[in-house]
Amino acid sequence: MFASSSHLSPGLWTLAWRRLRADRVAMAALAVLLLFAAMLAASMSGWLANDWADEIGVHYAPPSFIGAQADAAHRTAEPAATEVPPENPLDPLKDVIRELRAEMDGASVAAAAGGEAGAEDSYGIADPLEKELAEIRGMPSGAATHVTSEKKTTLPFGADKWGHDVIKKTIKGAETSIVVGLVAALVATFLGTLFGALAGYFGGRTDDFFNWFYSIFTSIPYLLLILAVAAVLQQKGVTTIILILGLTGWTGVFRLVRAEYMKHKEREYVLAAGAIGGSHLGRMFIHIFPNISHVALVQMSILAVGFIKSEVILSFLGFGVPVGVVSWGSMLNEAQNELILGKWWQLTAATGAMAVLVTAFSLFTDALRDALDPKLK
Amino acid sequence: MLAYIVRRLWQMIPTMLGVVLLVFLLFNWVGGDPAYILAGKMSNPEQIANIRRQLGIDEPVYVQLWIFIKQIVTFDFGASWSTGEQVSRVISTRLGPSLTLLIPLTILETVIAIALALLIARVRGSLTDRAVMIACTVGMSISILVYIIVFQYWLGYKLGLFPVQGWGDSFAHNLLRYSALPILILLAVSLAPNLRLFRTFVLDEVNQDYVRTARAKGLSEGRILWVHVLRNAAIPIITHVMSNLPSLLIGAFLVERFFSIPGIGREIILAVERSDFPVIKAITVYVAFATMLFNLLTDLLYQAVDPRVKLR
Repeated sequence: MFASSSHLSPGLWTLAWRRLRADRVAMAALAVLLLFAAMLAASMSGWLANDWADEIGVHYAPPSFIGAQADAAHRTAEPAATEVPPENPLDPLKDVIRELRAEMDGASVAAAAGGEAGAEDSYGIADPLEKELAEIRGMPSGAATHVTSEKKTTLPFGADKWGHDVIKKTIKGAETSIVVGLVAALVATFLGTLFGALAGYFGGRTDDFFNWFYSIFTSIPYLLLILAVAAVLQQKGVTTIILILGLTGWTGVFRLVRAEYMKHKEREYVLAAGAIGGSHLGRMFIHIFPNISHVALVQMSILAVGFIKSEVILSFLGFGVPVGVVSWGSMLNEAQNELILGKWWQLTAATGAMAVLVTAFSLFTDALRDALDPKLK
Repeated sequence: MLAYIVRRLWQMIPTMLGVVLLVFLLFNWVGGDPAYILAGKMSNPEQIANIRRQLGIDEPVYVQLWIFIKQIVTFDFGASWSTGEQVSRVISTRLGPSLTLLIPLTILETVIAIALALLIARVRGSLTDRAVMIACTVGMSISILVYIIVFQYWLGYKLGLFPVQGWGDSFAHNLLRYSALPILILLAVSLAPNLRLFRTFVLDEVNQDYVRTARAKGLSEGRILWVHVLRNAAIPIITHVMSNLPSLLIGAFLVERFFSIPGIGREIILAVERSDFPVIKAITVYVAFATMLFNLLTDLLYQAVDPRVKLR
């Protein structure tokens, strides 16, 4: 990031880089961020975690350091179902639940006794697709049994419900979450900078218009605006969520960039650029923008942190990434139910990865702001 | 004073119209034809035309906008699309539980964060200060979802200290029994950012001249912080707390959803899930209006707290 921009305007960026180098916390945070970036590049190019969807472990395989024996008893035929959660003494429905459970146990025993009585399900309706399904089931049965025999009982950090490796899943989830955060931050910063530049540079009516626009967006609470847009855009997808976050998040950048443009437009170098015939657009983006780009950069990294957090919440609620795409939010959504069964590893993996990334990113952003704008401190 | 309030209210009108216009465009243009959502999967052209006529979508755009404005002014958004409940009733009945949760939360979190910020300011620059700030940064980086999932699991389900979820009819029961764990969780989540922010507000004041004078007079450090500094640091703190109130109404949606508390936030999530546009439109518009009014209220409070502020 710095190497490329340092020869554009050596003064500010070299100084900032020197200040940043002196800050040990910032360098540690940068190292963590670079590690995440390398992971992201590897997973996007398909080197790493491309096969996250392979069901390589057994259902909820525990992490290797715990060992398989903890679960060995009920892995044979019916895992998880035999595991009865402890009763909650405060639950007003506990008696009902106990009865239901007893009934279900009875029913499953009865079903086992009935065996393969027929293709009729519990509603008494014959399945019209029975023959086709049987064919499909019969076809890969050889391969399927081969694979099941190979399934591992433990994985380095456990497996989820379908036997996906949690580490690979976390890496793939990181890809979605980080890409959404960064691209949405880029969109929001672009919009905020564009609006701020127009408002601050031209002033007058233009400024009034954009201020009006700004006051509209800030008077609706941010999350409410996101949810309203999510309700309107019916289709789910990574692009949709980037658009939602990007289109609603530009207000903070706008305010700061506008103030900078108001300050800079009267400076002598801009007046000189105008005197030699520079156009308005040229003055705005060739002359002024390099001098305020550090503001935009700091804002962009602040936004990226916020958007990564927002994406997790949106995906958790089911308004974010579509089914089949894994993100930290969808992992937490699964982990919520897994925790009740005592399968804590997916929750820990997603939380840990996110906490490390966000902590490093926030520390780096703070250091970046201090390095680029020493006055602010 | 009165002239100031009237002028501020007058200035609000363009923004209010803008919010109305934004919501209108969002739901009537971007959102596509609501008749298809309402009619469901099994629909025929007749039904769709009928629904369009009922909603007024077959009218020209300015008539539709006028209908929307009339709905806002009369508090009559018709019935919810999914439950058939009157939208005004939905909002009025969901407000109570949200406030039961949010008023104690706001008071507690403000008092605790101010007290801790003043305590931390006494040892500023020390190892404790740095450790607390790093703990805050780490605490802020963990998703609110994880706090809710883990607290609900451990304190509610495993240890059985609190009910896992639910809501009753009696206010005292709701406040003391069902709100306790949600409030605790939101406190844990909001403490870190508030403490960081309030600490900077306090530190901005600690180096001022009047503090040096107070010290020179021989006042105790405690009195300086709790009386002199707090009075001055209160101004940015009030802005922060007040301007956060309306968004808190929505921000509690995750907790309301996890704990099945029938509040505004949960209603919004349900409405988004069911594409229940009237409910979303109504809540968005009214919360935006509330935000603007609260901003005005904040400015008025300034003068009460700080006589130097002159409202013009």
